[in-house]
Amino acid sequence: MFHIYCPYCEELREEEEFHPKGQAHIERPKDPEACSDEEWGDYLFFRDNPRGIHHELWVHAVGCRKFFNATRNTVTYEILETYKMGEQPTITAESLANREALGSVQVAGGGQQTVGASNASVASVKGVKA
Amino acid sequence: MSQINRLKEGGRIDRSRKLGFTFNGKRYQGHAGDTLASALLANGVDIVNRSFKYSRPRGIVAAGAEEPNALVQLGSTEAAQVPNVRATQQALFEGLVARSTNGWPNVQRDLMGMIGKLGGRLMPPGFYYKTFMAPASMWMTYEKYIRKGAGLGRSPMEPDPDTYDHLHQHCDVLIVGAGPAGLAAALTAARSGARVILCDEQEEMGGSLLDSRELIDHQPAAQWVARVLEELAGRDNVTLLPRTTANGYHDHHFVTLHERRTEHLGETAPLKGGYRPARSRMHRVRAGQVLLATGAHERPLVYGNNDVPGNLLAGAVSTYIRRYGVVPGRRLVLSTTNDHAYRAALDWQDAGREVVAIVDARPAPDGELVAQARERGIRIIEGAAVLEAKGGSRVSGARVAAIDAGAFKVTGQAETLECDTIASSGGYSPVIHLASHTGARPTWNEAILGFVPGLVKGVHAAGSARGIHDLAEGLADGVAMAARALETLGVSAMAVELPHVDARRDGPSCALYQVPHEKPTLRAPKQFVDLQNDVTASAIEIATREGFESIEHVKRYTAMGFGTDQGKLGNINGMAIAARCLGKSIPEVGTTVFRPNYTPVTFGAIVGRHCRELFDPERYTALHEWHVEHGAEFEDVGQWKRPWYFPQSVDGKKETMHEAVARECLAVREKVGILDASTLGKIDIQGPDAREFLNRVYTNKWLKLEVGRARYGLMCKDDGMLMDDGTTSCLGENHFLMTTTTGGAASVLEWLELWHQTEWPELQVYFTSVTDHWATMTVTGPEARHLLAEITDIDLDRDTFRFMDWREGKVAGVPARVFRISFTGELAYEINVQANYAMHVWKTLFEHGDKYGLTPYGTETMHVLRAEKGFIIAGQDSDGSVTPEDLGMQWAVGYDKPFSWIGKRALSRSDTRRTDRKQLVGLKPKDPTVVLEEGAQIVFDPDHTIPMPMVGHVTSSYYSPTLGGGFALAVVKGGHQRMGETVYLPMADGKTHAAEIVGTIFYDPKGERQHV
Repeated sequence: MFHIYCPYCEELREEEEFHPKGQAHIERPKDPEACSDEEWGDYLFFRDNPRGIHHELWVHAVGCRKFFNATRNTVTYEILETYKMGEQPTITAESLANREALGSVQVAGGGQQTVGASNASVASVKGVKA
Repeated sequence: MSQINRLKEGGRIDRSRKLGFTFNGKRYQGHAGDTLASALLANGVDIVNRSFKYSRPRGIVAAGAEEPNALVQLGSTEAAQVPNVRATQQALFEGLVARSTNGWPNVQRDLMGMIGKLGGRLMPPGFYYKTFMAPASMWMTYEKYIRKGAGLGRSPMEPDPDTYDHLHQHCDVLIVGAGPAGLAAALTAARSGARVILCDEQEEMGGSLLDSRELIDHQPAAQWVARVLEELAGRDNVTLLPRTTANGYHDHHFVTLHERRTEHLGETAPLKGGYRPARSRMHRVRAGQVLLATGAHERPLVYGNNDVPGNLLAGAVSTYIRRYGVVPGRRLVLSTTNDHAYRAALDWQDAGREVVAIVDARPAPDGELVAQARERGIRIIEGAAVLEAKGGSRVSGARVAAIDAGAFKVTGQAETLECDTIASSGGYSPVIHLASHTGARPTWNEAILGFVPGLVKGVHAAGSARGIHDLAEGLADGVAMAARALETLGVSAMAVELPHVDARRDGPSCALYQVPHEKPTLRAPKQFVDLQNDVTASAIEIATREGFESIEHVKRYTAMGFGTDQGKLGNINGMAIAARCLGKSIPEVGTTVFRPNYTPVTFGAIVGRHCRELFDPERYTALHEWHVEHGAEFEDVGQWKRPWYFPQSVDGKKETMHEAVARECLAVREKVGILDASTLGKIDIQGPDAREFLNRVYTNKWLKLEVGRARYGLMCKDDGMLMDDGTTSCLGENHFLMTTTTGGAASVLEWLELWHQTEWPELQVYFTSVTDHWATMTVTGPEARHLLAEITDIDLDRDTFRFMDWREGKVAGVPARVFRISFTGELAYEINVQANYAMHVWKTLFEHGDKYGLTPYGTETMHVLRAEKGFIIAGQDSDGSVTPEDLGMQWAVGYDKPFSWIGKRALSRSDTRRTDRKQLVGLKPKDPTVVLEEGAQIVFDPDHTIPMPMVGHVTSSYYSPTLGGGFALAVVKGGHQRMGETVYLPMADGKTHAAEIVGTIFYDPKGERQHV
């Protein structure tokens, strides 16, 4: 059972309080009528299933009822960070690969969890749908 | 009284307390402090079970959780039955009743044993799969007898008299195992001020120190254990949990600990001050750091007939002698690959019994314990091993010969030593089960000839659990690993002075798993690898020959390490044999994955208090008590208890459901009925953008809905499929009240929040669930207006309070919102009042209602009435693959709304445009006495060869007292274009019903009655 840090409540809470809502950062096309059937089908039905870093949408269903995103390693189940809607992750598959290449950071080992995204990253992604 | 194997003195038992117990119907006696296993051995009971597959007689092998044979069924009464208890883990109590789980008709004289003896060679791996494959229909018959023969213990047939608890715990450091490393670690963490939980599965904490020959601070090791436990018990930052197994390691340091609180006292929890305490507890621990000091299991050697009673683990022999004062035989042969096992021979001799020989696989053993044995004059046969045990129901001898372990060959002439006990030790396997639960792969350590745990962040292993078997080093490792865990938490570790332990020099061990035999493995006497699942070395060899190369496949084909055993004794040996057969090394073959639970956990502990009436929350409306008093039958709708129908007594006879529903239906159609509709989901929506928001989440138009009006709306997912429906009323320019289906209340609220929070945060709108705040009473029928007029100040004039209007006022003297909404097709008022006033209003309605024939009705009548009108139930007439167009509800779709509302785009996908989609229609059975079965499949051509193409199914079907016959709603391919056609419904009983496709509205097609 996961231990999830709600970025709104600012507390680690038990998984029982949350509902998973699938892949994060799926943006509804601004003009659905302009989409081809294929584009609309992609939006509706197609999701990533990565081995490793995955950004997921969760809701603190029986807590504050807020939706937020979590960056989770699908192999180790480690939740690397959680962040509010409208924010972008500070940890991505690419950023980890880069850091690993530099030899400076260990890969996720499971269990521990860092907290929400930094303010700097929030400022830089204004207007981007999270 | 013949505890023939009980020593005159020694052990940690209380000789002043004698306990009587029964095993397989025979009375025995043991002492307080015994396990069932030690008491059976003390009484000289050799055969404790029959084996799973071959039904061979089996005796006790081990002294702890790794015991594969001594599985017993406990319980003197039906309700107290507990299956598959390891006798080695069951503390003895007065009056304990146990039976072997296997063996039919009994363990001494076993019918299935004949099959084992005669047909052993006829039962290769996969025997059951291969033999009983066909015909499939016969499997149930075979299985009954196979199970009876194999036997697996049984569950009780009566309710459990005991209770069980769940406790939620948090700690900085959870330490699993209270042996030397665990105790040293606990001391370090406790003194450093961390919150510590220390758990241990045994009756007493101390682990290997309880039967150790070694001294700590020049005293018996158990004295150091007592001192440490005393200090830990005195600290309020430490929780000590003896008799507690860490059974599962789950995500993010969530560990479940199964604490057995009364199982050592009796078969049910003894009364304490008038109440029965919880029999066991499941501690659900969220730990900061976890330290695994789980120790190691000794590995038996795999040799011929190594399952005959009298074959034991070397360490178990020492444990029984030193801890329980029981010596399980007279003449011992020890077969070993290492120094540590020599203590079994020394303990045996100290107990005054004869050590026939120590057979050591190493050509020139030279450690200190070896020297001690030599000094005592014990015969040591070097470079040799026990090839085969002799004897049937008890060991009578050991065939011993020189071997070349590396070449897997017998090199010398075999000699038979007369003995009744063979102890073996092939080394020590760290207990890596919990670490494996985290998904971390263990790694092979050639130095200790065992797998050491792979560790995820925040998990540490200490002592034997990571292959450090030396006592002094293990204690130091406990301290060091605790310090490491504390450092991660940002706590500085207090220095803990290590106690003095005399250094002991052990010689190196040698690698030996399966002992070679003169005959090839397939022809040699059975060499058991997994005693619990009856897996032999030859079975593994056959599996590899048949092409199973992956160890996970070998495991599944042979059942090695299956079930409650989880490979505690056999897995490494099995992997070693597979490696030999495949010409690979053990690390190349790898290991299988251990899964929870480490040892079986009773269902009671898993369930805790979440059983019976607390299994699932039940929700009652404010009017529930009235319904009960008036004899309502209830239906579960989600967690709600809703009145289903209200059977009346007619001439002293209770109505059937059919009769009650017919009466209730006619009352509504002809007079007036009342329904408790409080369970409908209600969401209060406020904010300047509330209207725009509704316009986006509903398929129809909301911009022009006036204050005082209500509108029915459809809600789709973005794939265009209907999700929920209900009416929403405009309470104020920026204020709406949405109703949802009873079951959809929570998910619709979450849905609205999802879209608001993730797509349209710029809209100012707020959602609040008010389902429980308002009670809803539907008064419906031609007399509804007359009745309501008597108790309200609201003007009910038909032209000012129109259909789909709502008004505020007083009903029965309390503030109310009254909605003129109809789910029956009749004149209807939905009266909403604060839930606390509901009973008062309801009763007042009945005080005035008699003269109008006011009749309470339940959900069944509600269904009949709504279906007669073609009103759908989302989730019954739709199933997530049905669009509003499929339902023929284009009138509720705002095609020209400017914003592309949720679901709109999907309605123009090629798939949703198909003309042969399943569409909602009415079905009128040709025979009016037939009520079609809901879910029945529909075909166009009943004479089509099987399989017939299925073209739809019945979604709702009832008998209508108003129409005088059965009628149904159904989805049929292209149904909207098939009005008047006949479809067929072939039923399981061979009958085929015919029905005509009609419109969905069976009653009052123009909808005049709700407008009166």
